[in-house]
Amino acid sequence: MKRYFSDLFVGGKSLVDGLVVTLKALCQPMVTVQYPREEIDITPNFRGHIDLVLDPEKNTFRCIACGMCERSCPSECIQIKGKKVEGKKKKTLSLFTLDFTKCSLCGTCVEICPTQALEFSNEYNLAAFSREAFHYDILKRLEERII
Amino acid sequence: MRESQFQEPNRFFLNMGPQHPSTHGVLLVVLEMDGEYVLDPQPVLGFIHRMHEKMGESRPCQGFMPNTARMDYVCALPYNHGYVSLIERKAGIEVPKRAEYIRVITSELNRVASHLLWLGAYLLDLGAFTPILYGFDDREHILDILEDVTGSRLTYCYYRFGGVYRDIDDKFVEATRAFIKRLRKRYDIYEKLVTKNIIFIKRAENIGIISPDMAIRYGITGPNLRGSGIAYDIRKNEPYSVYPEFDFEVPVGERGDCLDRYMVRVREMEQSLRIVEQALDTLPDGPVRSKVPKKIKLAPGDCNFAVEAARGELSYYLVGDGTSVPYRLKIRVPSYSNLSCLPELGEGILLPDLVSIMGSLDLVIPEIDR
Ligand code: SF4
Ligand code: SF4
Repeated sequence: MKRYFSDLFVGGKSLVDGLVVTLKALCQPMVTVQYPREEIDITPNFRGHIDLVLDPEKNTFRCIACGMCERSCPSECIQIKGKKVEGKKKKTLSLFTLDFTKCSLCGTCVEICPTQALEFSNEYNLAAFSREAFHYDILKRLEERII
Repeated sequence: MRESQFQEPNRFFLNMGPQHPSTHGVLLVVLEMDGEYVLDPQPVLGFIHRMHEKMGESRPCQGFMPNTARMDYVCALPYNHGYVSLIERKAGIEVPKRAEYIRVITSELNRVASHLLWLGAYLLDLGAFTPILYGFDDREHILDILEDVTGSRLTYCYYRFGGVYRDIDDKFVEATRAFIKRLRKRYDIYEKLVTKNIIFIKRAENIGIISPDMAIRYGITGPNLRGSGIAYDIRKNEPYSVYPEFDFEVPVGERGDCLDRYMVRVREMEQSLRIVEQALDTLPDGPVRSKVPKKIKLAPGDCNFAVEAARGELSYYLVGDGTSVPYRLKIRVPSYSNLSCLPELGEGILLPDLVSIMGSLDLVIPEIDR
């Protein structure tokens, strides 16, 4: 009988203790943000999908269309084409697409590139209604940034 | 499905899953019931099988790195760790000391994050909504810290053969120290909110008792095994990386019930923090990546590497044939064995207790199916 009441007391107290914890939390500043109205800053080291680096000196891409990234990508999501341009010895990049639905963000392409022509973007707000929306034309994205 | 042989009116089959909140993923458990009592719970696997092992056998070994994080997405870094160490052992690649330290630090942080998630999810299974919010608040700090060095939040691909992808900086060290301090202060909250809570104790104490003998029979590892009183931890018993240099304990339970498994995980968090602290104090300088040939040749013969993941023993087995593509890759994941004891454990118990047991086993389904 005595045991019953002491259990009741200890158990009841444990519940009150728990409520005190939540009550304290109620008076503390909020830790969440009202996404999508508010957004938190993301670290520059975040690895989003890849993008071509815009060379500030040449005002264009650094890529030499060697195809290393295309070959080393484990998910086979990069497609590259180079074409001959008159007056230049080497090929020039004419197509660079990324199938982001398959990309695993491993970073192999960025690391293997001999000219450091690739970087990770910082985009994370990605949502769309179709698969095709994630077939990025990386070259076009770069051309839009060229001023 | 089997034909019903039941004569009595209150015997029936119940499908728990594959879309059930407390199976934490696409796991189906077919329950043979007698009223509220479970007679025979049979797990059905394979809903999320993605043939990871086959993928590992069909591409050069570098290409399998991102896959390792997609098995146990809750605690991905030890999976990275096991695979890079396997290839390093196989190909005889040296790893700089600093890189090993960084691997240990990040892996242990990931383990704490995994245990925090488990704590919240387990309590959620038992019907308590609040603890997961506290757990996620703390876990968020770890994710931010790891995101800053690894570039991702969950499915990390951070380790590389012969090192790590990026060196850690002062900001990382500072943030980690601040987090350790913070989590130590928060223990009190978890104790008041969960550990001492009478409802939680009643739902976990003496429920789902795994005896040491049974644990060994099923090959249970990790906190589930240690909850049964067997102090087996790969980090101590088969030390890898730089773990022998750190001083930490292996917490064990006594009875092997849900409460013991809970306590083991909570105490393990503190041990992980201790390891991180020591590693930060003695962090050596130097490079974080050694020179590795572009094409890694895997010599004929087999090789094995085991690490302690958050759920138990994770072991990679590889057979090479002289090319850079593994001839055979077999992955022994902890949750698969941990789940296998369910039919024996869940015989003749109440349905709510089965939920408590499954929660306490800390199952990650994509890891079981691979
Ligand atoms: S990050 Fe990895 S998967 Fe994505 S495009 Fe680059 S190499 Fe391919
Ligand atoms: S590896 Fe670099 S230079 Fe070569 S094709 Fe890819 S982006 Fe261009």
